[in-house]
Amino acid sequence: MANNKTLMMRSGLVLGLFSLIGIGLVSLTQSVTHEKITENERLYVLKNLRELVPETLHDNDLLADPLHVVDTEAFGNAHEVTVYKAIKNQQLVAIIASTTAADGYNGSIKLLVAIRNNGELLGVRVVSHHETPGLGDAIDTNKSDWIYSFNGRSLNNPSPRLWQVKKDGGEFDQFTGATITPRAVVKAVLKTLQYYQANKKTLTSTIQQTNG
Amino acid sequence: MDSYKQIIKNGLWDNNQAFVALLGLCPLLAVSNTVINGLGLGLATTLTLIVSSSIVSLIRQHVGSEIRLPVFVLIIASIVTAIELLMNAFFYELYLILGIFIPLIVTNCAIIGRAEAFASKNPLGASCVDGLAMGLGFTAALVVLGAMREILGAGTLFANAHLMFGEAAKDMVIYVIRDYEGFLLAILPPGAFIGLGLLIALKNLIDKRLAQPASQAVSFSMGTEKA
Repeated sequence: MANNKTLMMRSGLVLGLFSLIGIGLVSLTQSVTHEKITENERLYVLKNLRELVPETLHDNDLLADPLHVVDTEAFGNAHEVTVYKAIKNQQLVAIIASTTAADGYNGSIKLLVAIRNNGELLGVRVVSHHETPGLGDAIDTNKSDWIYSFNGRSLNNPSPRLWQVKKDGGEFDQFTGATITPRAVVKAVLKTLQYYQANKKTLTSTIQQTNG
Repeated sequence: MDSYKQIIKNGLWDNNQAFVALLGLCPLLAVSNTVINGLGLGLATTLTLIVSSSIVSLIRQHVGSEIRLPVFVLIIASIVTAIELLMNAFFYELYLILGIFIPLIVTNCAIIGRAEAFASKNPLGASCVDGLAMGLGFTAALVVLGAMREILGAGTLFANAHLMFGEAAKDMVIYVIRDYEGFLLAILPPGAFIGLGLLIALKNLIDKRLAQPASQAVSFSMGTEKA
């Protein structure tokens, strides 16, 4: 009996020791790589933003002081939307909303939607998605040019009734064998445009406040 | 103890973890849609195997048999987490593609399988070589299956090579079939299963061919003995 007890104690101690070593190894690596990883993530977001809002358009740090919005009514889902601001000469020239289309064929589609201060779309990009390869993944720029069809569009171009895929009577193409994916993207872009329209004044005023 | 040559042959061919032991199917089937994805995951798995086999071999005499499995799991999980962080820091773009599969290396039975079946019974050198050989065998399986699926599915080879080898490798992409529409099934998960099945069949066929002359010789010599 006593023998059993010491054996159990020993095993417990060895197990505990290895847990400690494991934790030590992981925390050490984490502390060494932490800075580099944060920097990677920052640069990656920045690279994506720059693709939509070229450097000639703004003179601020795009990643500085973004807005975090949770507005289930406006965006149709409870995902947080990050709004980055592009500013030139203390004027808001464009916003880039990192939004989510929650109703993709296979879960959420993360989008970047860039809107100029005149309400025109600078462009839309898909950041991440799980759509079917070969069908729904045509929303990706390296698979097809479809996503560029948003460039230059605005709330009245096409008219609100036509802000749908062709199958639903709208103006945007769907893909062969995949309607749900483009439908979700079109809807998310439209919602972002509507959000911008409704909140343009507040967005502009936040900038004057921070500058003044 | 097996000779190093035998260990390497085992890892690459005779006991290939993907084609013979059929271990690690989850990452194998999920990530073998292109050559580069397969190569990336294969190398990460190899590194994990080498390190985990070496550590397990070093501690094999100090850990009682009752708790060896939880200790192995702890070791493997820590190593994989560390590798994931390192990849995140130094191969960020590749990490974005393989990201969710790297933690899955923990669930790759090939790793705990080698720890239990080999490293816990053999000295450091042999275990290290075994880890390397098994890892390379697994990588080879991923690359071959990846190549098969990439050619059939997209008509290319080495797409996205720049994620691994830097910008210079952007021209490495080979368009095997120009203006190819793509064969969707090959890229989807069923394509992985069918591809794996075909490759296993091919391996068995080769093994059978190789074994034939040898077995004939054996039966012949046995026959003469009887006589």
